[in-house]
Amino acid sequence: MFEIVERQEMAQGTVVSNWVKAPKIAAKAKPGQFVILRANEKGERIPLTMAGTDPGKGLINIIYQVVGKSTALFATLKVGDGYLDVIGPLGQPTHLEKVGKVVCVGGGTGVAVLHPITRGLKEIGNHVFAVIGARTKDLLILEDQMRAASHELLVCTDDGSYGHHGFVTDMLKKVLTENKDVGLAVCIGPVPMMKFCCKMTKEFGVKTLVSLNPIMVDGTGMCGCCRVKAGGQMKFACVDGPEFDGHEVDFEELTLRLRSYLELEKVSYDLFKKETHPEGCACECCS
Amino acid sequence: MSEEVKAPEEKAPKREKIPRQKMPEQKAEVRRKNFEEVPFGYTPELAQKEAERCLQCKDPRCKQGCPVEIDIPAFIKFIKEGDFEGAIRKLWEKNSLPAVCGRVCPQEVQCEGLCIIGKKDEPVAVGNLERFAADYQRAHGRDILPPKAEPTGKKVAVVGSGPSGLTVAGDLILKGHEVTIFEALHAPGGVLIYGIPEFRLPKAIVAQECNYLERLGGKIEVSTVVGRSETVDELLAKFDAVYLGVGAGLPIFLKVPGEHYIGVYSANEYLTRSNLMKAYEFPTYDTPIVRGKTVATFGGGNVAMDSARTALRLGADHSYIIYRRSRAELPAREAEIHHAEEEGVEFLLLTNPVRFLGDDATGRLTGVECLRQELGEPDASGRRRPVPIPGSEFQVEIDTAVISIGAGANPLLTKSTPGLALNKWGYIVADPKTGKTMKPRVWAGGDIVTGAATVILAMGAGRLASNSIHDYLTMGW
Repeated sequence: MFEIVERQEMAQGTVVSNWVKAPKIAAKAKPGQFVILRANEKGERIPLTMAGTDPGKGLINIIYQVVGKSTALFATLKVGDGYLDVIGPLGQPTHLEKVGKVVCVGGGTGVAVLHPITRGLKEIGNHVFAVIGARTKDLLILEDQMRAASHELLVCTDDGSYGHHGFVTDMLKKVLTENKDVGLAVCIGPVPMMKFCCKMTKEFGVKTLVSLNPIMVDGTGMCGCCRVKAGGQMKFACVDGPEFDGHEVDFEELTLRLRSYLELEKVSYDLFKKETHPEGCACECCS
Repeated sequence: MSEEVKAPEEKAPKREKIPRQKMPEQKAEVRRKNFEEVPFGYTPELAQKEAERCLQCKDPRCKQGCPVEIDIPAFIKFIKEGDFEGAIRKLWEKNSLPAVCGRVCPQEVQCEGLCIIGKKDEPVAVGNLERFAADYQRAHGRDILPPKAEPTGKKVAVVGSGPSGLTVAGDLILKGHEVTIFEALHAPGGVLIYGIPEFRLPKAIVAQECNYLERLGGKIEVSTVVGRSETVDELLAKFDAVYLGVGAGLPIFLKVPGEHYIGVYSANEYLTRSNLMKAYEFPTYDTPIVRGKTVATFGGGNVAMDSARTALRLGADHSYIIYRRSRAELPAREAEIHHAEEEGVEFLLLTNPVRFLGDDATGRLTGVECLRQELGEPDASGRRRPVPIPGSEFQVEIDTAVISIGAGANPLLTKSTPGLALNKWGYIVADPKTGKTMKPRVWAGGDIVTGAATVILAMGAGRLASNSIHDYLTMGW
């Protein structure tokens, strides 16, 4: 068992952060890499890109949004509980290089994945602009950490409840317009966000990295479930990625494939809610 | 031992007269809807009757056909005499996985293919008897283990817990070495656990065979991806020798348009979801799988048969095998083809897919366009080459496709291991007699050396490597 030593809820309980005891993984993991977790014997194998590590204490940090049965099950795990399996580090690490000025854009829980990359880019001497966004102020995560990991942080909310009223692409455009010498953009978040960010950076001719989250099973290149099209080629996100050149990714295909099990996921989640919540429960997930 | 068994010995009857004993099995119309094992196995009576058919040849040819050199007449003799424990002990001398081999080895081209009785009659059912001995031990046997040599103090890392890795581990543990097996997935067994379906090889049996190695003193570390979690060089710092038996492990796609549609699977994914993740028990188990109503499996090997038969059990009304050559060229075992046909798998032969059709709004697969083929001149493999017939395009409505046209070399481990020599396809170069690679203290065998083959060939490679590793550990490189 991989014990959870710290647990924190964010974004009104819709996002959970776990620090998990996994010394071997913590010793090896680099920014951009992911782990596969399984809660119990009947559980799915869920890939999550690590949000941080503490090799000294042998800990890794995962931050996930509760979106279905498996993540809801993860969210029931308390400090002292643990995951049955944690496998990793998997995937290619981010290629951190000094390019001068970079912009890091994160949306939703993508900010969790973006944070160690942002910090890494700053540590090796880049001037880092960071843009983070969420639907509304209460759903924003890691604002302080992102401020510390960058030189300038711009915050957006879709509803205008905090920071700039609008999408992260607006702020990305501002940064790129004001800084013609930005050499790299890293955009991580929901697929539509990454797609629109890439469209914009392409107009400015700025190389862009995205981190993709297709459905996976083994995570070692054995099953091909996570295949994505990049540069017209079939790539496996688990071994070739999860990061790709955003200008090469076929986001439409990725969007479709992410919907593979929509109905079945609902069946599973509904059953879980029925099993774990009393009848007539008024919590957010039941209503 | 029963009276009726003793009787024939006294009379010394003409043994050839006993017909080959059939294993009772589930009826096709029943089993095509469940995941339980197809054959029930021999009863002790049937096993002893079958064992009597063995001529106990002085120079047995069957043994020559066995990649792990089991003393076949000897174990059969024990069964005949009702000493089932003697039979399993004899098997264990050469084989740590008898319950597996009894089920999945292609005996018809190995031991049974060489059986002298097979010249005039049906050969002795060596596979069924091996299976019987292992199953009987599991169900009724005493808690026994084979004898182990004195500890040597040498440590061996085995990477991959498939058939070749388990064989190497079993051999070296018995020879007194300390063995740790590293497995990338969360359960040991490799292809035995993720690939071969429950109805052909129950997972409880695989777990039992792995547990047998642990009871012998072997260690199994699951969820450890060598190449990522730990490198081969790191293992070499802690172990005296390293064996790489990681399997082929790279799915090959058809490379036709539309493979991204929802419902298109590699056989590896389809079978892993169903077998390892138990998606056929969704939603009791959390991993989903598309339960197609009309499923096409592309390819004609054993994995294709497994996929097509899995599709039926997941509720398909039609399960097609789409294969570009004719029935005679199907690479699957005849027994597997036969089982698939009995269960209602439909074969679209001399047919090659050109593109997948789908609904671009939902992303779902709706069909496949195929081209009819005819057989031309033999190709490099000696099989007649399929040639497309121009203008013969036709479409088949399907909602699920399983691509089962073979596997390639997964580069995850090999890329992270400097000093290994690879061939042009990415497989590890290893001495075919010893399994030695170009990297000192590293051996390799099974599919990552030969390309996708069978369980028993991987085990045979493991046997050769374990002999070589033992020689090295006791005498030097």
